[in-house]
Formats: sequence, structure tokens, C-alpha cells
Amino acid sequence: MLTIKNLSVSVEGKLILKGLNLEVKEGEVHAIMGPNGSGKSTLASVISGRNYLTIEQGEVTYMGKNLLEIPPEVRSKEGIFLGFQYPVEIPGVSITNFMRTAINEKRKHLELKPLSGAEFLKLMEEKQKILKIQSKLTNRSVNEGFSGGEKKKNEIFQMALLEPKLAILDETDSGLDIDALKVVANGVNLLRRKDNATVVITHYQRLLDYVIPDFVHVLFDGMIVKSGGKELALELEEKGYNWIKESLKKT
Amino acid sequence: MTELNHNNNSLKHDVFKNILVGLYEKNHDKIIGNSSVIIQKLRQKAFEHFKQNGFPDKKMESWRFTNPEPLFRDDYHIDFESKFRKIDVSKIFTCDVYDLDTYCITLINGWFAYQNSPLSRLKDGTVIGSLYKAMEIYPDIVEKYLGSVAKINEQGLVSLNTAFMQDGLFIYVPDNVKVEKPVQVINIVDSDKPVFIQPRNLIITGKNSNLTLVHCDHSLTHNISFTNTVSEVVLHENAFIDHYKVQNKGRNSALLTSLFFLQEKNSILANNVITLNGGFTRNQVDLSLTDENCTADLNGLYLMDRNQHVDNQVFVDHAASNSRSNQLYKGILDDQASGVFYGKVLVGRNSQNTKAFQNNKNILLTDETKINTQPFLEIYADDVKCSHGATVGQLDTDALFYMRSRGICERTAKQMLMYAFAGEVVKKISIEPLRDNITKLVEKRLKGELSICDQCILNCSSREPRFIQNILD
Repeated sequence: MLTIKNLSVSVEGKLILKGLNLEVKEGEVHAIMGPNGSGKSTLASVISGRNYLTIEQGEVTYMGKNLLEIPPEVRSKEGIFLGFQYPVEIPGVSITNFMRTAINEKRKHLELKPLSGAEFLKLMEEKQKILKIQSKLTNRSVNEGFSGGEKKKNEIFQMALLEPKLAILDETDSGLDIDALKVVANGVNLLRRKDNATVVITHYQRLLDYVIPDFVHVLFDGMIVKSGGKELALELEEKGYNWIKESLKKT
Repeated sequence: MTELNHNNNSLKHDVFKNILVGLYEKNHDKIIGNSSVIIQKLRQKAFEHFKQNGFPDKKMESWRFTNPEPLFRDDYHIDFESKFRKIDVSKIFTCDVYDLDTYCITLINGWFAYQNSPLSRLKDGTVIGSLYKAMEIYPDIVEKYLGSVAKINEQGLVSLNTAFMQDGLFIYVPDNVKVEKPVQVINIVDSDKPVFIQPRNLIITGKNSNLTLVHCDHSLTHNISFTNTVSEVVLHENAFIDHYKVQNKGRNSALLTSLFFLQEKNSILANNVITLNGGFTRNQVDLSLTDENCTADLNGLYLMDRNQHVDNQVFVDHAASNSRSNQLYKGILDDQASGVFYGKVLVGRNSQNTKAFQNNKNILLTDETKINTQPFLEIYADDVKCSHGATVGQLDTDALFYMRSRGICERTAKQMLMYAFAGEVVKKISIEPLRDNITKLVEKRLKGELSICDQCILNCSSREPRFIQNILD
């Protein structure tokens, strides 16, 4: 589904990703872990299409297409979803209007009939129920005045509505209390299907107690330096990132 | 400053002034028409003031950023004799506000146009009609109020209007009357020649009365026009007025409006000034709170592009204690458009416990747009709660990316953000059909559709917008 080959990316002249390789297949859940500043969020930004980055070399292929040539909104319509580390507040734009516009633009792209207001509200209710999100979202402005937990839950809610093929969750777990974390993890698990994939970017092993990854990668200094199964996350939790640093020095 | 296809060799202040002075003297008898001795005196006094002081210029604080000179030309046509006339207005214009049931009044080139009668008296005693006719039938009322609210001897344009005024809208609401339907006045400019028109409106609301007034300005042709409107509005004790001024004019239209409000004890005013299009627009709102416990909400929205220029001037005089005023003016400027916001609140020495707020927010979409904003407070009382603020910024790029990452294309995302920005003002419109319609107009305006066919909107209300999704929930 997603193939990243030898990807190097700089931000304001500073090289952040240094020849990164990653392959994500349908049905898989990948966890990318790593210390602060290792390039995790930059990787999420590349996949979602932020424009402040410079691609120095390498390629990113999504569903057989060169992803780097596709504008962000088209990436979304083709099934890519980014759960933001810091979801943006948009005063004056209601969640209903925001998501209905998003869904209908996607449906237009897929040559489907747009959802009517009533159909959309029904869909919203359904998804809220599945995700066990109780707060009243319909009339609120996007993320405005939301608590940290509400913002992250809202990200998962948007993901549920858009039903992406490939979801990248950028530190969606950071700053969450245990209940919010469960809602987020529950959402990810519910939306897991054979034909979609999830990449969870995280600092901590905590989320991985609830979302069981097929693969764990350690991103360090712009490269994936170690990959393994879910047990790698536990090892990291126990030994810390210094363990990776030390083992790198040795080789 | 403004493109306004008015000639490049515009006249100097004095030359244009002298042309008008000459026209006044030459047409004196026609201008006087049926006006009484008292009105004649008022007119003459204003004329002398204009003759002496002429047009405003850049040296004046409130005209620093708006140059009226491009409007000065020698080929304006002024219609001194057209008088109000009987005409089937629906043949030339249909209002776009579908569900709005109103008493609809039309002024064509400043002259009252009517279907049944130039002056109607409703069952509840309310009088609505032509000011020209009112001077004849209700001279006592007209003489009492005309010129009593407007600053006719302070501002050149107001003096000029007072000297030349012949017709316009007249409304008189007796005490304790709630006017059932909104009154809608539509000012239409329709001419194949450059025209200079000066409508004069007088609105009086009695004690405990209630009036909704919607004031629309339109142009039917792309021809050059200069409209200098003066309105005087009186709110007697405990009166309530919901006032809207909506404007969608051609790019060659210059529209200068001076709205003077006088509020008595416990009266409430809601005033909304919405500028959608127009080559040169100046909206002056001048409000006197003369007694205690008055409330005034002054809202403004301006959406300008190309070389359009808009100037909003708001002056609030808190002359008594315990009153509240709130100004919220928001604008979006695109292309090379320019704007001015000049808001002043004066709180007199004895106006204790005044609450006065001013807020002007702007979004500039390009580097070539320009806004001069100056909200300020002049306070002499010591127990007041006042604030003022202004912001100038761009669309939030993080929000734009966030929306794009959800599949919303950049164009739509920008429109949604702009609409959200403008929505804060639009939401304050309390008449639902009007709010819906303004919403649609604002959406169309932000999609660039209204500027493509400035006039079209008037006659093709059935036209489906290109983009069907409704921006507002």
C-alpha cells in the first residue's frame, strides 16, 4: 500500500529524514517509536503533504502512485488520513459543516452522490455511538475550546467518518488520560479492517497495550534503525532509547 | 486610490463645488419646490455652509485615507424635476429576498416611485412614503425633525445634501405602535448618463414603538453614479429600531451614506451596515445617545475586491450615563482593494457607567490590499467600562492545511474560513429571511460570483450557484 524508499527530507535547510525506508501493507498496524527530534512528525507531514518540507531524495509510493506529486486534499480523498498531533481550532466552522463538506468532496471524487444533511447527521450519530463519544459535537466549531482529550477524540471521530485506507496517527496518545486513551485505541481497533492499514506514531509504549501492532520500528536520527514485532516496544519501554543509541555506537 | 472609471482628470474641489453652487442658484426654484419657509431657511443655511466650506479633503482627520476627488466631474446629470412618480417597479427590479414580507418602497435616482400612493397611512397610524409629499401633508412633523439630527452645518456632504434635498423616504411611527412588517427601501440608480443623486430620508419612531427597516442600495446599470445619501433617524423613549443597510452596487458607483441616529431614554438600536460591492463606498454612522439606558449594537461587514474602496466611519456620542454601545466591524479585502475603519466613541463627563466597545477585524488576502483602521475612545467620565481593538491578518494557514488534509480543496477551505469570519456579523441579523439571503449573498460574494455579475444577482435569482454545498449550516 505504502512504500517509502531512501527518503531524505530537510526542513529549512536542516536534514531531518536521512534515507528512510518503510513498507506498509494492507491489514497491517505499524508503530513508529523514537525519541524527540528523531523525525517522526516530519514523516507524518511528508505523507499528509505539508509544504514546508523539501524532499531531497527518495520516493514515496501509495497504491502504485507517486504520492509526492499528489496535493494534500487528493491524498485524503484517495484514503490517507492524518491524525494531528496538535489539531487546529477553526472558530466559526462547525464540525457538521466541516465534515459534511469533507465527506461530500470525497464522494464527489469517488463519483458518488453527495449525502444530504439528514443522511449526514445520521452517519454522525452512528459513528459517535460506535466510538462511544458522548459530547455534543454537532453545533460546535471545529476543536474550538476543546480539551486536549476532546481534540484527540475528535480526530478519531473524523477518521471514523472518512474511513481511510491508510491512517497515520501522529502522537494521538500524547496528553491523554486513561479514559480518553481507551476511546482513541478503541476507535483505532474498531476501524481496523483487512484492507486498510494504520501507522501509529508514538513516544510511549502505553498506547500499544491497547492497539496491538504487527510491526514496531524505531526511528532515530532520521532513519529506521531497528524493526521488530510488538515485543520490541516492550523492550524499548524497559531499556529506554539510550539502549538503541548504545547499540548503534557499537556497530 | 479607487479605480472608479470616473475620469482621470478629475476636477479640483473648488471647481466641482462651484459647479454645484451654480446649479443650485440656477435651479433654486425647482429645488425649493413645495418646501415651507422653515425648510427653505434650513436649506439656505446649509447651502451657505457648503458654499463656504465645500467638500471634505485629505487634511481632515476623517478623510485622511479616502480621497473624494476622483468623484468630481463636470458631466453629472441632476434630475431636479422628475418628482416622485407612479411606476410598476416590479417591471424593472425584483428584490432577491424571497420570503421577506415587507412594506417595500422604491426610490429611483433618489425619487420616490410608487404603485398606489406616494404616502400611505397604515391602520395603526404609521406613515410611510415620499419625503417630498410629506413636506406637503405633514409639514409640522417634517419641520420639527428635518435637520435636527444630521450635522448639517459641520460636514460638507451633509450640507450639500440638505441644500439639494428634494425627495427620499419618510417614515413616522406613532407612540406605542409596533410596525408589523419590516419596511424595505430599495434605492435604485438607473441612468444612461452619469448621475449625481442626493436622497434624504427621515425616520421618526415614537415612544414604545418598534420598527424594522431594511435599506438596500442597488444599481441597474454600470454607468457612473455619485450618490450622497443622508438619513436622520429618531428613536424616542423606549423605541426599538432594527436597521439594516445592505449595498451591492456596480463598480462605477460611488455611494456615500451618512446615517444619523438620535436615541432617547431606554431606546434600543441594532444597526448593520453590509457592503458587498461598489467602486467607492463610504458609510458614516453617527449616533447620539442623549439619555440614560440606551443600547446600540453597530455591526459592519465589508467584502471588497479589485480596486474597490470602502470607508466606514462610526461615531458614538455617549452624552448620558448608563448606556451601552458595541461596535463590531469586520472586513475581507482581496486583490488591490482598500479600506478604512475610523471609529470614535466620546464619553462625556457626566456619562458615568457607560459601557462602550469597539472592535474592527480585517483579513487581507493579498499583499496589495490595504486597510487603515483606527478605533479610539475619548473618555471624560471616570466610571466607565470601555475597550477598543483592531486586528489585521491573513487566513490561518494551519487551519487551511488541516481542512485540506480532510479532503477539502483549497478554494473551498478558504471560502469556509472567510465565511466563518464574516459569519460572526451575519449571525447578528435577526430577520431570518434576510439573514438567509445575506448569507447567500456573502457566500456568492466570497466565491467571487457576485463580482463577476454585479448586477446579474438582481434579475436572475433562480440561478443556481456553481458550488452547491451550503457553506453555512
